Amino acid sequence: MSLEIIETCVNCYACEPLCPNQAIYKASPHFLIDPDKCTECIGDYMDAQCASICPIEGAIVDELGVELNPPGSLTGIEPALLAKYQAAVEATYREAVEAKVA
Amino acid sequence: MELPVLNSDQQQASGGGCSSHSCGSTDDQLGHLPEHIRAKVHNHPCYSEQAHHYFARMHVAVAPACNIQCHYCNRKYDCSNESRPGVVSEVLTPDQAVKKVMAVAANIPQMTVLGIAGPGDPLANPERTFATFRELSEKAPDIKLCVSTNGLALPESVEELSKHNIDHVTITINCVDPDVGAQIYPWVFWKNQRIKGRAGAEILIEQQQKGLEMLTERGILVKVNSVMIPGVNDEHLVEVSRVVKSKGAFLHNVMPLIAEPEHGTFYGLMGQPSPTHDELQKLQDACAGDMNMMRHCRQCRADAVGLLGEDRGLEFTMDKIEDMEIDYEAAMVKRAEVHAQIAQELEMKDQARAAKAELVTIQGMKDAAETRPVLMAVATKGGGVINEHFGHASEFLIYEASNRGVRFISHRKTIPYCEGGDTCGDGESALDKTIRELAGCEVVLCSKVGYEPWGPLEAAGIQPNGEHAMEAIEEAVAAVYEEMRVAGMLDEKPDAAQKAA
Repeated sequence: MSLEIIETCVNCYACEPLCPNQAIYKASPHFLIDPDKCTECIGDYMDAQCASICPIEGAIVDELGVELNPPGSLTGIEPALLAKYQAAVEATYREAVEAKVA
Repeated sequence: MELPVLNSDQQQASGGGCSSHSCGSTDDQLGHLPEHIRAKVHNHPCYSEQAHHYFARMHVAVAPACNIQCHYCNRKYDCSNESRPGVVSEVLTPDQAVKKVMAVAANIPQMTVLGIAGPGDPLANPERTFATFRELSEKAPDIKLCVSTNGLALPESVEELSKHNIDHVTITINCVDPDVGAQIYPWVFWKNQRIKGRAGAEILIEQQQKGLEMLTERGILVKVNSVMIPGVNDEHLVEVSRVVKSKGAFLHNVMPLIAEPEHGTFYGLMGQPSPTHDELQKLQDACAGDMNMMRHCRQCRADAVGLLGEDRGLEFTMDKIEDMEIDYEAAMVKRAEVHAQIAQELEMKDQARAAKAELVTIQGMKDAAETRPVLMAVATKGGGVINEHFGHASEFLIYEASNRGVRFISHRKTIPYCEGGDTCGDGESALDKTIRELAGCEVVLCSKVGYEPWGPLEAAGIQPNGEHAMEAIEEAVAAVYEEMRVAGMLDEKPDAAQKAA
């Protein structure tokens, strides 16, 4: 039983000192959770500490891949609106890269 | 390796390389302060309108973690093209931060202040923040240390803060009412739980107020920052100003919300409008009755380096710093010399200004009947005089003239008209943008203005004026106001052309 930090992590360090099991460690390209140490905070806290402070929706998942903080749950931004924004940002980025190549 | 050496003589002569700032303004936000506080802040660029032309500051981004979420912040904070709080290019370890501060302080001897402001909350990263402060108080005792916080972890940090060389703390307080707070803060992390909505905002407000009281009790200066969010906390900030003043905050800085969809923030994506220049000024004036207001804040990034309004961060990235060889002792001696020279220069300017202020009052404003106030924009490279071409200005200083005198209001950024090309991407020319930024101003004073912008400026109700080149700003503004009064232009409201623009 363990939580996992995935690639959307922004390396903000917020979770690392909160872990009661010292299961979280800095790694590249992002922080990771040692699955042998993680207890999902059961017995220590009501809620998993890393997922309670993590500001990035979807960055922490359980063993089934279920997001502890699903889209919209932290920022209040509607997932559909966010998706539209992300698509626009990616398009701008692609254009910039293509312009550089050309 | 050869260091990028400053030409210190030139730097001092030009007032620290100040390009186009609010030199020579009335400095009214420090005018009402008791002497012991003025003595503490006179060389702090963020607190003194005058000092910001001469003294430099830097922020080190050692504090990435945050314990709350604000609707104007996006925690994916690594865009190098954005200039706003909470944004940085690289997060530093305390050791790296100390190295960077020492390198900058050796190369920019005007540096007086080191701040930790994020990109998260410094007090949500107490070990990293205090390790940086501890080492710097030892290695660079002449540098003032500052910290900026949302206040949630402030009460538990006050003891540690008072141990260091920290005499100023900035708390961002956007509300004192949890119902308002619930519209700004979606959650806080408190006692091992994420607490959402009004309950979270209530805890945050309580801790902010408690922290403010604890700091002022200990004699630590507290500045309060507030973000003005139209329709959310704009009217409420007058109450905030009153409350924080009654608890001993010495300065209130009301800043405009920055919200664009491309920032990916809640407010940006929801289309929350930022305040107009006029709305911001009205609110600052409404708060000023209760409080010393600050009007020259540039809303710096959490890794800004240099004088306010400039950012030399790219000269001091970690890989460049690794290659620098620095004599710290010599650098500190150099700083002391430079600071003493600046202090001397400022004292002379203060005397000259006091004499001038008297003159302006006597010549321009004496016995004037009640006339309406007029906003004027000024193009300047610094030094308190009108010395910038209209087309080269990347920033205009806004002054208000009335029968009570001349006062500095704010600065407004733009794209220099001569460098802007034909359009800025969305069909709006650089000139259009400048004219839009100058909305509300009836005159623009500059050292020179070309034929081409003249017509569009007049059409927008903004009179270009190049007749006061190289004159002191406040005297020139007063003189133009007097001309307008004599011409009968102050009897009525600004003409319809401007309103339509």
